[in-house]
Amino acid sequence: MENKDKPLSPHLQVYRWHISSLLSIAHRIVGVINFIGFIFISSVLLFSSFNSQIFQIISQSFFGKFLIISLCWSFSFQIVNEIRHLAWDIGYGFDLKVSQITGIISIIASFVLAILLYLLGRNII
Amino acid sequence: MVQFSLPQNSKILKGKYYEDKTGSNNLKKVNVYRWNPSSNENPRIDTFEVDLNECGPKVLDILFKIKNEIDSTLTFRRSCAHGVCGSCAMNVDGVNTLSCIKSHSDIKGELNIYPLPHLKVIKDLVGDLTTLYKQYESVEPWLKAKVGEKTSAEIKQSQEDRAKLDGYYECILCACCSTSCPSYWWNGDKYLGPAVLLQAYRWITDSRDEERKERLKKVADELKLYRCHTIMNCTNSCPKGLNPAKAIGSIKKMLATS
Repeated sequence: MENKDKPLSPHLQVYRWHISSLLSIAHRIVGVINFIGFIFISSVLLFSSFNSQIFQIISQSFFGKFLIISLCWSFSFQIVNEIRHLAWDIGYGFDLKVSQITGIISIIASFVLAILLYLLGRNII
Repeated sequence: MVQFSLPQNSKILKGKYYEDKTGSNNLKKVNVYRWNPSSNENPRIDTFEVDLNECGPKVLDILFKIKNEIDSTLTFRRSCAHGVCGSCAMNVDGVNTLSCIKSHSDIKGELNIYPLPHLKVIKDLVGDLTTLYKQYESVEPWLKAKVGEKTSAEIKQSQEDRAKLDGYYECILCACCSTSCPSYWWNGDKYLGPAVLLQAYRWITDSRDEERKERLKKVADELKLYRCHTIMNCTNSCPKGLNPAKAIGSIKKMLATS
């Protein structure tokens, strides 16, 4: 007897997040953000040929600064986490403990790299 | 198909509250997913107050206590109660595990018990695993020899080759890993899922099997294999401590290097 109305058991609603699953979904979301970010940066570059002041204007406004720092982080995160994926592709880092440690390292490293990128871009270091 | 929210008929309602009648000072609130196929109601969460002074150490003991002493209609699968058969796989405290080897004293606060995620519910904590078993059948989980070549002697296996099966032959097909995988939730009809892919790898890597190439060819598919995005929920949930993510990674690597 086939009951077509069988309910679906809860999934996302009840499943606990692990570092690995959080990073996996973050990697995807940040990938989309980077895609939009690249379009944004390219359009700014294009626009700068008409108005050379545009970089000044963006980097001095609060929203512009926020955008630059956010993109620094999203690029850094994507790069660092991608290295983790590359390691998996060649067969390393599948161990549960190791994958948790590399996960935490990639979060920390993404922030460090973001700060470095920003400071480098601002000619502070 | 990705659907984040539950369909209308699966929305969970608040259920009954079973108050403790023993007067014990060591109570635990246990929330259990209930659905009865013979009623037309939505699933609900019943809350039971369970006296832990008179209860065994495992989550399965709590379920037995509820069934024996509070509500005999509670339905769940179980058999060996020693983590060998894989029948009592369910979602305990947000992670899939075997309730017979999960200690309830590890869990602080209220204990939440759901069926394995994203399955059609048959009753209460019993999910429908038909698709998974069909997929398991599709990887042909038995030793295959080339037809026509008769050998009089047994096919021997060196200790090194035998060691390659360690960490894979122990799988009891409880489906904890497959039903923990978001990729399997969204594409369960096409993606084979961690449990079946681990089994596929177990036969691919067996030195006695003579159809490794055909097996690899069969599994090399955008949907069957490459829907694995190394989310690692499978390895995080495996109650036997196995590593399906590594098995899938090994298949991918074999395909890339062969």
